[in-house]
Amino acid sequence: MNGLKREIIAMILAGGQGSRLKELTKANAKPAVEFGGKYRIIDFTLSNCTNSSIDVVGVLTQYQPFTLHCHIGIGTAWDLDRTKGGVYILPPHTNDSGGNWYKGTADAIYQNMNFVELFSPEYLLVLSGDHIYTMNYQEMLKFHKEKKADVTIACIEVPIQEASRFGIMNTKEDNRIYEFEEKPKHPKNNLASMGIYIFNWERLKRYLKEDAKDENSDHDFGKNIIPKMLKGGEKLFAYPFRGYWKDVGTVESYWEANMDLLNESCPIDAPSCSLDLYNDEFKVYTSSIAYPPQYIAPGANVKKSMIVEGCCIWGEVCNSVLSYNVYVGKNAKVINSVILSNSHIEDGAVVENAIICSGAKVSKGCIVRGKPGKIAVVPENKNQSSNLILE
Amino acid sequence: MLTNYLGIVSLTENDSKLKSLTATRPLGSIPIFGRYRVIDFVLSNLVNAGVTNVGILAPTKSRSLIDHVGTGKPWNLNRKVDGLYIFNYSYDPSSISDIKLLKSNMEFLFRSKKEMVIFTLSHMICNIDFKEVAKYHEESNADITVVYKKVSNEDDLFLDAPTLILDQDSKVIGVGKNIGRRTLVNISLDIFLLSKEFLIECILSCLENGNCGLFRDFVYKNVQNMNVNAYEFKGYVGCINSISSYFKVSMDMLNVDIQSELFSKERPIYTKSNDSPPTRYFSTCEVENSFISNGCLIKGKVKNSIISRGVVIEKDAVVENSIIFSKCIIKSGAVLKNVILDKNVVIDSNATLIGHNKNPLVMEKQSKVYLSVLKEVKRL
Repeated sequence: MNGLKREIIAMILAGGQGSRLKELTKANAKPAVEFGGKYRIIDFTLSNCTNSSIDVVGVLTQYQPFTLHCHIGIGTAWDLDRTKGGVYILPPHTNDSGGNWYKGTADAIYQNMNFVELFSPEYLLVLSGDHIYTMNYQEMLKFHKEKKADVTIACIEVPIQEASRFGIMNTKEDNRIYEFEEKPKHPKNNLASMGIYIFNWERLKRYLKEDAKDENSDHDFGKNIIPKMLKGGEKLFAYPFRGYWKDVGTVESYWEANMDLLNESCPIDAPSCSLDLYNDEFKVYTSSIAYPPQYIAPGANVKKSMIVEGCCIWGEVCNSVLSYNVYVGKNAKVINSVILSNSHIEDGAVVENAIICSGAKVSKGCIVRGKPGKIAVVPENKNQSSNLILE
Repeated sequence: MLTNYLGIVSLTENDSKLKSLTATRPLGSIPIFGRYRVIDFVLSNLVNAGVTNVGILAPTKSRSLIDHVGTGKPWNLNRKVDGLYIFNYSYDPSSISDIKLLKSNMEFLFRSKKEMVIFTLSHMICNIDFKEVAKYHEESNADITVVYKKVSNEDDLFLDAPTLILDQDSKVIGVGKNIGRRTLVNISLDIFLLSKEFLIECILSCLENGNCGLFRDFVYKNVQNMNVNAYEFKGYVGCINSISSYFKVSMDMLNVDIQSELFSKERPIYTKSNDSPPTRYFSTCEVENSFISNGCLIKGKVKNSIISRGVVIEKDAVVENSIIFSKCIIKSGAVLKNVILDKNVVIDSNATLIGHNKNPLVMEKQSKVYLSVLKEVKRL
């Protein structure tokens, strides 16, 4: 196949349900959940690929993929509508020996080995479609080549008390990984895997085939493949990442990550404290919808917030993130909240420490109130016509 | 849907009263309402009625227009069959003639399979349903249908625009010019519906008689010899023909009724997207009655203003009654009132610029204002 050879291609795992996001992922794959006003979660990973000059990107989808497929389309928004290469949606499929759902992250790649082979890549970049961060993968690739690694795993320092939620890597001086513990009860350090891997493709193929035959395996990179590779004496390195990164796994962390965008007192030397969306050299792309600019009406009061086109604000919005086409009525108050697209906060309603999903309505004078650690959620398209107060 | 119609947008408006905004661009690509350009409205009106084949006649200064329109993708005009064509060269820039431009690109008219034409300019901003106009035109059996609006002459908004004299059957029997004296006039929106055949006939007859000017002038001069019919449009029309009318029409967007009519949910207005992030409002900002695009960082005070994409308004800066184009930076302590800033203007700390509320002060593209200037612009 002419013009298809690539040094590196990316595979984005976007099939997970993200069930801990409850209402947000009831009818929607986690990567397609709206985030940060005008984006959906997967935009960050897709834009990273574009900004890292990676122009072959497979997106593996499985759970509730419709919105995600519509959003990605042919990849135009990320410049991934190429004549050779670009973005490919890869759902589970049947073949002459039957067919399966994707049973785990490694199995998803295994089932698409033929796709990867089309491009005969030296390296395979495996990504998650549900993380919020900006990163240039070329720098990680450079590190991978310098270390002559078989596998490079991007990692980030997390607070030690949270370390048991992550895959923890124990490394030597030169970043070589000698031990990998998936969600350890007593972590030895705080170096967490970000679920971003660069593999030497030829080497990985062997392990994927072996793992596919192993009936006791969960076919998962973190649980099975990485430990097997360590045992097999392969060279694994940890690539330290120092920017902002968040895995929005729960309703609370999703709300927090949105609130992080509003941080006004980020020290310049702490890139990990907030995401920079305003870097023209490293834009986050998304498929835009045609809305007029946002209208801040007479009598409105907007402070410390992020607002997008199509919104109409008559009331008070403070420390909140609003998506497309949100209406906030007169004397309504929106505080510490995330309001998703096309929702309606009617006159006099109060929304505090809450997430209002898209198309929902909070009726006149109603109160929706949660508290940090216990965020109130109004489900998609729901008409909230009574108070919802979490104590 | 108007599958049998071809759209022709002639960017030949007289921009002599808008020179400070049209030094580097045609009138059609003047930024307006924050994220749009003037031509977006006519293009969106055409595609919302189902037109899939559009030719843009852009005789001069077309760089920014071509950059904006591109392949026509935002309007769904990037097609294999039909789609968007831009004709942008002129043998003789001193005489701007859409007839000559059409003549030298007759191929475009012959190749198109469409039998009907909507011929329009870009400077009359409205949200009009061309399907209705087409129905009216086809039922009337007229040679040409012209769209007009009844206006009372407040504010001299439609000054110099052609006026239609109609008989009781809405036939055009004469054409005048609006000099602002009469109280109620029929202002032509310079939108014409006719068959392609008849358009070609008009072009050829112009060439034979050696009057190669503008198509609209040809029609207005010859209403006596043709069957010209008028369609009354009752919606909002903003006419962009001078700095003061541009200012007034822009500020109309702060009227919620006009806003929701022009940006109707049924017939959206499309434009080129530029992937700006959301706009951030900081703790120190005070924003009221303003139309604001994405990508701005606002720490200061904004009132009764229209702000384009990627504008930075620093702490303690005041922007009032003004129109700010994209990527301008207004530093702390600066005060702007009744001002239009073209793209990429930088206003230094504590500089003050004050224009007149009917006749704003315009700062040209890329200019930098360093010193404190206090200007009162008086209308002569």
